[in-house]
Amino acid sequence: MTELLTSIAGTGFMDWWDGFWSTYNTVIFSLGVNAMLALSIYVTLSCGLLSLANAAFMGIGAYAASLISMQTGLPFPVALAAGGALPALVALIIGIPTLRLSGVYLAMATLGFGEVVRVVVLNMDITGGPLGLNGIPLKTEWWHIVLLLALTLYILARMRRSKIGRAFEAIKEDEVAARLMGVNVAGYKLLAFVIGAAIAGVAGGLNAHYTFTIGPGNYAFENAVEILTMAVFGGTGSLVGPTLGGMILTLLPEALRDFNSYRAVVNGLILVLVILYLPKGIWDPRRIRGWANTFSRRKTQAGGSN
Amino acid sequence: MLEQQLINALSLGSVYALFALGFTLVFGVLGVINLSHGAIFMLGSYAALLLVEHLALPLWLAMLAAMLASGLIGLAVDYLVLRPLRARNAPHLAPMIATIGVATILTSLAQGLFGAENKRFPVGTIPEESYNWGNLHLTAVQIGIVVISFILMLVLLAVMRRTQLGRALRAIAESPKAAYLLGINVEGLFYLTSFAAAALGGAAGVLVGLSFNAITPFMGQPMLHKGIAVIILGGMGDIRGAMIAGLFLGFAEVLTVAYISSDFRDAVGFGLLFLILLVKPSGMFGKVLERKA
Repeated sequence: MTELLTSIAGTGFMDWWDGFWSTYNTVIFSLGVNAMLALSIYVTLSCGLLSLANAAFMGIGAYAASLISMQTGLPFPVALAAGGALPALVALIIGIPTLRLSGVYLAMATLGFGEVVRVVVLNMDITGGPLGLNGIPLKTEWWHIVLLLALTLYILARMRRSKIGRAFEAIKEDEVAARLMGVNVAGYKLLAFVIGAAIAGVAGGLNAHYTFTIGPGNYAFENAVEILTMAVFGGTGSLVGPTLGGMILTLLPEALRDFNSYRAVVNGLILVLVILYLPKGIWDPRRIRGWANTFSRRKTQAGGSN
Repeated sequence: MLEQQLINALSLGSVYALFALGFTLVFGVLGVINLSHGAIFMLGSYAALLLVEHLALPLWLAMLAAMLASGLIGLAVDYLVLRPLRARNAPHLAPMIATIGVATILTSLAQGLFGAENKRFPVGTIPEESYNWGNLHLTAVQIGIVVISFILMLVLLAVMRRTQLGRALRAIAESPKAAYLLGINVEGLFYLTSFAAAALGGAAGVLVGLSFNAITPFMGQPMLHKGIAVIILGGMGDIRGAMIAGLFLGFAEVLTVAYISSDFRDAVGFGLLFLILLVKPSGMFGKVLERKA
């Protein structure tokens, strides 16, 4: 890769690229990881579940994957797989009792679960307590993230058009009606919860292997909210929305560097404005088609008058 | 030492209860989880501090003014953010996320305006008397907190239970549409509720600021977490439940710290919340809420 670029663009470009990459590689990596996180909450939302446990699942995945990398000689894919499997297992166990709840109650219960996970991690020895884990090997390469994001998108896209996706949609629209039609509501809800947890866990594992250090504060309430924000900002009607939302909200803080201490004000303002004026998120195909139509109509009208 | 712990727990618990009161009131009447309640609580604390510092107001007057100020902020949030969502009949997720945005805005504004560091009330503002009773130690601030919290709670309870206004609010809680058809000024009472809830939150902010004598832009978030735990424990929208659950959480936390470990202090509330949701989702005193086919 490096030789290729050098031969094409010469050393001037390479110097610029090296500087750019060393400054921004974590931001670039986070583009993909945050897109995966937004997709993880999209899965539960598409089944009508408002679960705020995804930051906790991300944390469980990150700790599991990091501990495997640091304490055993197992290869990176194994660590990542464990980072997906452990949160999925936890989701399976807590999902059975929790998913009886709906709406705001589920949101609060999953929030409570997240806080309990944070405090447990804070007080365990193997997780390094409040100091977290330091010196996690830097194993994540850019193509790992691209590959796993693509894989997530592919699986979710296939799922959307399958029996599972239709069941999710039916449950989201009307749970009682879905049950009366013979949809196994509890089973599909649990499936959505577990898939979401697995995606968040893998994203957490990837994230931990390029940030060098993780701590219990990285997976708290604020992070759960951030993940939800990315999905809602992008729009939860399709797969494009959360992906875009995750990426834009990763870049936004970088773009707002100049606002300094008021940076978060702009962040919050954007969130409020999107909820108020773009209720379906920024990626709303119908709205975009509407814009395109008015645009082309104007064009033909202009053409006609000439 | 148990008696001393119980007194500390009472003062902590009554602040939790007072904070949760406004939170649960908004949920009960508006049907909205207002996650900016913690930020408003924090601003109430700063308002009192500024008034004492710059205008040298006496503490009680500063507290009333701080309640007014936070009430107005709550009203503004309702008018600018919640009202348009009501008008659109948005799903319950929308106001929750929008108020998260509001909380972010208010917190970082406070951080930009007042700085991120701890602020203290000027020396001499906080009454420093304390009373010893056997080996019990009571400070004037603790007594003030308990008395003020209980007065505010009982006033709210009396208004809700005994007055025409309370009856109208309970009617809205049951069904805004039916209340509207009965000639109740629903929109006006929504504003009033948002104002009163924020004022109560601001009062809790002042009391917490006084008792710890440390005011930061970030004090709202942990309080919001406790508030969430309290209103779930007490049953969402249940005022009496929030009072009892607030006190209960105060006792549970203090006793956990005293007899188990201070490490688990913050997990107590959410641990309880998690348990109660699994066992009895409608809260400790709530009726069973379930949609049936």
